[in-house]
Amino acid sequence: MSYVDADPERKISEQSDKEKEFQKAKSYLLTASTNTGMNLYDHLSRVLGKILDERPDNVIDIFEDISKDEKRTKFTSNYDTIQDKVDRSTEVALAQIQRKLFTKASDDGEEEVARDEEVESPLPNLMELCFFFEQAGIGLNREEIVRIWLSMKALVENHPLQHVRFWGKFFGTEQNYYVAEVEFREGEEEEEEEDEEAEEEKEDETAAKDHETALEEETEEDDTPKPDFKPPPVIAREENKTGANKKTYFVCNDPGKPWIKLPPVQPQQIVVARQIKKYMTGRLDAPVVSYPPFPGNEANYLRTQIARISAGTHISPLGFYQFDEEEEEEEETEARDHIVENIDFESIPPRELADPSLSNWAHHVQHILPQGRCTWWNPIQKNEEELEDEEEEDEREEPDEPEPEVGPPLLTPISEDDGIGSIPAWTAALSSNLIPQYAVAVVHSNLWPGAHAFAFEKKFENIYIGFGHKYRPDNYTPPPPPPIQEEFPSLPEITEADDPTPEEEAALKAAQQEAAEAAEEMEEAEEEEDEDE
Amino acid sequence: MESRTLHLSIDYVGSSGIILSPEQKAALQTSLTILQNENKFNRVYFWGKILGVKNDYFVAQGVYRDEFAGRKTFYSTDCMQWGLLPPVTAQMKTNAKLAKGRFTGDPSYEIEHIEVKKTGDGDDATEEEELTTIKEEDRLTAVIAEIDNDVRIVPRGAFVQVPTAEVVKNRSFEGLLVQEAAKLCNYMHFREAQCLNLKSLLQRANLDRAIDFMDSIEDDIPRGSWCIQFERGSGLLTLRSFLWPGYVFFHVPATREYGSVYFGTGEKNLDLPFML
Repeated sequence: MSYVDADPERKISEQSDKEKEFQKAKSYLLTASTNTGMNLYDHLSRVLGKILDERPDNVIDIFEDISKDEKRTKFTSNYDTIQDKVDRSTEVALAQIQRKLFTKASDDGEEEVARDEEVESPLPNLMELCFFFEQAGIGLNREEIVRIWLSMKALVENHPLQHVRFWGKFFGTEQNYYVAEVEFREGEEEEEEEDEEAEEEKEDETAAKDHETALEEETEEDDTPKPDFKPPPVIAREENKTGANKKTYFVCNDPGKPWIKLPPVQPQQIVVARQIKKYMTGRLDAPVVSYPPFPGNEANYLRTQIARISAGTHISPLGFYQFDEEEEEEEETEARDHIVENIDFESIPPRELADPSLSNWAHHVQHILPQGRCTWWNPIQKNEEELEDEEEEDEREEPDEPEPEVGPPLLTPISEDDGIGSIPAWTAALSSNLIPQYAVAVVHSNLWPGAHAFAFEKKFENIYIGFGHKYRPDNYTPPPPPPIQEEFPSLPEITEADDPTPEEEAALKAAQQEAAEAAEEMEEAEEEEDEDE
Repeated sequence: MESRTLHLSIDYVGSSGIILSPEQKAALQTSLTILQNENKFNRVYFWGKILGVKNDYFVAQGVYRDEFAGRKTFYSTDCMQWGLLPPVTAQMKTNAKLAKGRFTGDPSYEIEHIEVKKTGDGDDATEEEELTTIKEEDRLTAVIAEIDNDVRIVPRGAFVQVPTAEVVKNRSFEGLLVQEAAKLCNYMHFREAQCLNLKSLLQRANLDRAIDFMDSIEDDIPRGSWCIQFERGSGLLTLRSFLWPGYVFFHVPATREYGSVYFGTGEKNLDLPFML
């Protein structure tokens, strides 16, 4: 006791020290944040006040939440000038675009509607097809399907189409593609096409002329050696409405955005696309950077993959299509490539369609040959000028007539498809094992993951949803670069020889001298003979 | 995605071509509830589907309070009967890498892999064939673990590490803003941090230790192995992995809705460097 009392001054100073410490701490806690303008002291007092007011259970567990809530209530201000600005986020922008799909075209009375119904619209019942795919766990959102359906309706209204189908969806790195497969009405498409082709031809001609003039200039200037390499003949593309260009394709990035027509596919593009594996970006004008170089941009690549997938995976129940009988009589020699719907087709029960033997399904799109075409095209085709040249030049080395490539004919059952090693090309299943009597038969492609087909009674449909890559169990290896060109053939005249040794030189000189002497002798002898005569 | 809201969240990945048939949805709703109850799980996640040639595997995972530890994986071929998969071992992982090609759909199927080993030098060289048999169930276990490790992601801030080192859902997570959601740095690998310690002190200085206890996907190699896309304008964010094609993550910005699912063949895309 005495100890404490002994030094009252010290006690006071201690107290004032504590006071100071306290003041310091308080002033620190009262420091306002530079970001929010709040301080911890007020915040804590409000939080504790709130807790004591509300007295929640297990307050320690939710302390952080109360603290956060308290901060948040402080933030809300009643009036914010920024809020008045119209928010045009991308979400709103897209909704504005898609709003057009949902508004009906200007109503011109009921007559218009009645007339529309009379004309048979090529628009498919997409919702019904979507329902069947959904039974098998394939497809897209229903809302998305409705949007696609509406935008396809717009497509039908804007183009003279005979047939429309939703082909599928491709995923890209930036955007996705929705693909619609269409067939134009007879004769309507050509008008559109001709203009484009005329332009293309013009471009080709000018390019060729440029090339020729360039060549002429070169010959005038100097006789630089010219390579005798001749590029292999460019394989002609298939005409519209035949082979791989049988159908036309439109794509869009989002339903509601404009449909863009894809250019026809070239055989060369198919050949190269088989050797590369690339992700698409979602921009049609994006370049395809690959080895071997792909001729064209992403629009061409997309079109090529569509052609390859269609040829590989578009299947229908056996007997749904049949060959056109009229055509059959006309040309029996060529492969038949025209099929029509079989009117007498009787539905195959789903159980048989889902049979693992798969003999009840047939391809209804032509197989693409290694050449990149559906029908084989002889690359050795000479136009008349060349023929004349040939005659003049006479027997030049004629390359052998190439063997025509043949693929499986149309309507081949898919049971004859090649698998990948031990994996079969197709997997068939029923959509339900619990109620099989109402199930839908589905077939999944293992060669093109993402390609599916269903059949139910007289309905069937094919769809593709994926990245557009063929399945391969091994890793992708880019093709090796072409072999190095052969060097100049090593003949004796350009081979470096050893220098002759002095002995050899002497021997050669001796031999030469002997020869010279012999010649002289001969001459003398001849002269003598002459003289004798 | 969580089993309780599966029927709602599966719609968000529908635009990636991932849908469940009504029958599967109904079956999963029933069987996952029973699975959760029988195993006393806190939460059951529908993990996805691995496509087989003959049959598909549906996969679900159950967790207790700690989302990292004690995760159990189940598989089923009919959405009703769930079988527990064993915990993954290093041996399983190395073996699974030898197996190539698709899953068959039969868990007891055995893949045989023959490795030719050369011993000795010169003339004494002898070739030995080493046969490894890989059970498909083990391969399935390993592949699921690989996918979880490589690509399973959550938004930043959706999970917190509490002082007892448990990882639990963050109850005050309110979703990422649209601007935040467009950046890869706001998504984390849902696994124990592997690259965090490699970062410099300066980079780690501003990390929130409760939230930033996982690796962000921003530094993933190769760059471009994630595809980030807004659907419906900016109403829905979708992240697709190119490393494991079929893995899809979704998040509705500014809401608590997020989840991921894997619908694929169970094969890693080793060709990725050629394809970008």
